[in-house]
Amino acid sequence: MAESIAFWFLSVVLVGSALAVVLSKNLFHSVLFLALALTGTAGVFLLLEAEFLAAVQLLLYAGGVVTIVVFAIVVTERLVGERISHTNRSITAGAVISLALVGLVVNAIAQRPLAMTRQPLSEDMTRTLGEAVLTKFVLPFELLGLLMLAAMLGAVYFARPED
Amino acid sequence: MGLQAYLTLAAVVFGIGLFGVLTRRNTIGILLGIELMLNAVNINLVAFARFSGSDVGMIFTVFAICITVAEAAMGLAIVILLFRIRRTVMADHLDLLKG
Repeated sequence: MAESIAFWFLSVVLVGSALAVVLSKNLFHSVLFLALALTGTAGVFLLLEAEFLAAVQLLLYAGGVVTIVVFAIVVTERLVGERISHTNRSITAGAVISLALVGLVVNAIAQRPLAMTRQPLSEDMTRTLGEAVLTKFVLPFELLGLLMLAAMLGAVYFARPED
Repeated sequence: MGLQAYLTLAAVVFGIGLFGVLTRRNTIGILLGIELMLNAVNINLVAFARFSGSDVGMIFTVFAICITVAEAAMGLAIVILLFRIRRTVMADHLDLLKG
């Protein structure tokens, strides 16, 4: 019962803030609503008993990504010296395509018999995650480190001051 | 709440993100839509992991979150660079490759 209430509350927050992200007329408001949507997702992770992922979501996503986007807006607005316009075009076509896709997926989900009960996970999820990335998934983990380094160097190179 | 409820929620959020990507004029707005779509995929991965009792979905989500952060940093660096060259962040005006 408590889970149902929490789920519906988080669903309303998540869907509402997601709609605000794509419909808001102010770019800055969009970003703040994105932060709310990402926090709502962290709540959904908590509901699914993935505490470590909820913490990562808050730190990296809601903390990191939102900060980067705010910096980008501040930098570009300072360069152009005016408010960046933030409107939508061909709303009807976009809505038709999105609704068609959602209808298709929801229909497919409704037709399949899906699990109603949760399966027991490992006792300590954080420990399992830590052990997995250093044993079974060590190669993807190292490649991820390489990708992060490349992304960081690339971002610094692109955003360097003009000569 | 069964798996179905979580998958439906993720599908709706994905659809909203797709709407944002399709209709926003501003490149930063398009990037925000992409973030929403990636976020919906993460909900799916965690829900499947939780209801199937396998840890792999959760591990994959950690990788997906890290790659999204790298994507956001690179995407915004490209936006700033484009802005320096073209003085605009409107996707309609970024038509350098148009023949």
